[in-house]
Amino acid sequence: MAKIDFRLNGVPVSIETQLNRRLLDVLHEDFDLIGIKEGCGEGECGACAVLFDHEIINSCSVPIANCANKDIVTIEGFSNTSRYKILKDAFEEEGAVQCGFCTPGMMIAAESLLNKNPKPTTEEIKIGLSGNLCRCTGYNMIIKAIQRAAKVGEGKW
Amino acid sequence: MKDIRESILKTDGDEKISGQAKYVADIRMANMQHAITKRSTIACGEIKNISYPELPEGYFIVDHRDVPGLNVVKIIFDDMPVFTEKAITYLHEPILLVVGPNKEKVKEIVNNIQIEYIEKEATFEWKNSAVQYHFDKGLGKSIFENADKIIEYDYETGYQEQAYIEPQGFIGYLEGKDKVTLIGSIQCPYYVKNAVIQVLNATEENVRVIQPSVGGAFGGKEEFPSLMACQLACAVKKVKKPIQLIYEREEDMLVTTKRHPARIRFSAALNKEREILGFKIYCAIDAGANIGLSGVVLSRALIAGTGAYTIDNLDCSGDVFITNTVPNGAFRGFGAPQMYFAVEMFMEHIALDLGIDSLAFRRKYLAKQNDLTSTSGTFRDPIIMNEMIEKGMEISDYKKKRIEYSKEKSTKGIGMSFFFHGCGFTGSGEATHIKAKVRLKKDKDNTVYILVAAVDMGQGIRTTLRKVVAQILEIPIDNVIFDFPDTDKVPDSGPTVASRTMMIVGGLIGRAAKEMKKRWTETEFIVEKIYEQPEYIKYNDETFRGDAYPAYSWGVNIVEVDVNPVTYQPKILNTWSVYDIGKSIDDRIVLGQADGGLTQGIAYGYLEVMNHVKGVIKQKNMTDYIIPTAMDTGNMETVIYENPYAFGPYGAKGVGELTLVGGAPAVVYAIEQAINKRIHKIPATPEYILEMMNDGKNRL
Repeated sequence: MAKIDFRLNGVPVSIETQLNRRLLDVLHEDFDLIGIKEGCGEGECGACAVLFDHEIINSCSVPIANCANKDIVTIEGFSNTSRYKILKDAFEEEGAVQCGFCTPGMMIAAESLLNKNPKPTTEEIKIGLSGNLCRCTGYNMIIKAIQRAAKVGEGKW
Repeated sequence: MKDIRESILKTDGDEKISGQAKYVADIRMANMQHAITKRSTIACGEIKNISYPELPEGYFIVDHRDVPGLNVVKIIFDDMPVFTEKAITYLHEPILLVVGPNKEKVKEIVNNIQIEYIEKEATFEWKNSAVQYHFDKGLGKSIFENADKIIEYDYETGYQEQAYIEPQGFIGYLEGKDKVTLIGSIQCPYYVKNAVIQVLNATEENVRVIQPSVGGAFGGKEEFPSLMACQLACAVKKVKKPIQLIYEREEDMLVTTKRHPARIRFSAALNKEREILGFKIYCAIDAGANIGLSGVVLSRALIAGTGAYTIDNLDCSGDVFITNTVPNGAFRGFGAPQMYFAVEMFMEHIALDLGIDSLAFRRKYLAKQNDLTSTSGTFRDPIIMNEMIEKGMEISDYKKKRIEYSKEKSTKGIGMSFFFHGCGFTGSGEATHIKAKVRLKKDKDNTVYILVAAVDMGQGIRTTLRKVVAQILEIPIDNVIFDFPDTDKVPDSGPTVASRTMMIVGGLIGRAAKEMKKRWTETEFIVEKIYEQPEYIKYNDETFRGDAYPAYSWGVNIVEVDVNPVTYQPKILNTWSVYDIGKSIDDRIVLGQADGGLTQGIAYGYLEVMNHVKGVIKQKNMTDYIIPTAMDTGNMETVIYENPYAFGPYGAKGVGELTLVGGAPAVVYAIEQAINKRIHKIPATPEYILEMMNDGKNRL
């Protein structure tokens, strides 16, 4: 057991835990952040994606030991932003949500992509989403949603 | 009034995007215990002895001795034990559960249980047939006596894994002393309930099943969850605490049901005028270790044997083979994807052999209204495939591309598949087996409740069923409530399968809403409707004769690919689809089904590889088992045609499976053109394509 301090959704937090636990489990169980989903547990599907010092990572692949003093943002934290609202509206209007299990991770991927590249081409969107699996939509409507968000939210990213 | 097809925002979009929708793993309960399954390490044999480590207090073993009722999972063919007692019939067969408060400790106990086996030789060849079907149409195989020419080819299809992003899982707990409640990622609340009743020897009142948000299913959560639920129910009875049984991805991929691999032989009898007189169709599928739903899958495959074409004389037969491999089961399409690949390629290959234009040849045999179906029933409703094909060719510039890509040097190809999907259960299933019952309740404050057991697993019925009711009653959709199904509150409207939810359940709900509208001035009441098969629909399940389905949805898929000339990796450039689904209840939701279904169908044809070596599934995670990423998708365009079915709500027919079944043949047609070789097997991977390229005799 050890004490780990980090920033979670903008707030400094501190927990006593075993260092080999996955960030995914700490967030899902200890902080009850249910927007983080476990799809594969091996860093392949992106359902557990979070922002880690502004970079997208899969929280199943990060031990909590690596999180000391890091800035971690989950869908719960991101959902308080105006950029979230733009993406959310775009996801709804383009029909990008079916079962919803991959959706929070897709939102994090979209935010991460637009942060780096506010005007991505279709090909760049596809590359930006390639770490997030969706089995329902065939990605078409998710890609359109990100195009729409980039347009509507011009200047926000 | 607005046309119902005009899209509205999905009613559950907000909670899903914000991550606040609760899936089974997100549900917390005080004192939650964890269950992990101990599985066999051999594919065939018997358990000789089990030695257990000493169990710390609060830890339990749950096995066949803890099954109070029948140790059999109620599916359609009841041959799967809840926990095996002695016989091992496949690798990773469940033997027992270990239950306790600490998951790591539970894992450790599972690993320390030592099982000795008497190993027997396992069977992986397809030689033990458990189900045989045969039926004829017209003159049957005797037409072959009159044939001027006979053409015969074999086709083969592989496994496909549903790969829902949320793995299978349940939570179970006791309510009061005797009542077992199960919350699970499921498609069929009443399948689970009825299976658990049989296993616990319980009364109706003492088993309750609740559905939370479901993270994708695609058939994978049709019958398999009943097995988990039965095991967990026995554990709950014993441990008397809430228990979570949630699979990790690897366990899910190794032990859950998959699409049946199939081997299909087609023979065509042709006359001097090079016309088809009749077909002989033989289809073998690998059930794995249990029959389960496999017989029904085979029958749906055989009924789809002539594809979208009318063939006057047929001899159709098939076998379900039992092997010592993981049991296969339901997957969107349910036997049809295997058969559509085979029949579409066969039609193309006949035309190539005869040296005639394949598109004209295929169009000549397209089914028309009043033609007899493969089971000698009648296509009663108008078929508008010709119009749909013209539309597809127009939006894809098909003719021009087809000619351009036929040039020797072109690495591109374009292909077009034709198909239909029978909506609802096969034959008399809806009327005699399912007997769907729905209720609509009106409250004092004019709130209306939809009471059905249909599950929203992403396909959008939490939105579309409410839309149907709101539109008929002319009230705001917010005044129509559709809670997650809970068997304590909703009647058995049947399973969420077989593209039946909107057409059958929605149809009943629509009729209930019409009655409610007439009685709207009454303050508080319930309208109940029970499914009745349209009288003109008659089918004999034994002889496969009559109308196998009350209605059919139709489709055209066009796929354009570029096959890398060095790696032989196909890349999907564009897809175009045209569907006749009766009536769209919400265009955006239908288009979502169209994109997602076709992506799965295409991937089945060229990308998704799963196989076993001596019963060991070689792709056990999402790294090994490749499903499409955003990088693998092309531009997608879909056109919806309306062609109402009298008994569907607003004329709606089935959608979900239709959008998958034509994907594989369309992409393979395109690949064949790109590589100038014939393909007889899917998935058409780069390795397989290379093999075809090296086969000097293989040419289009």
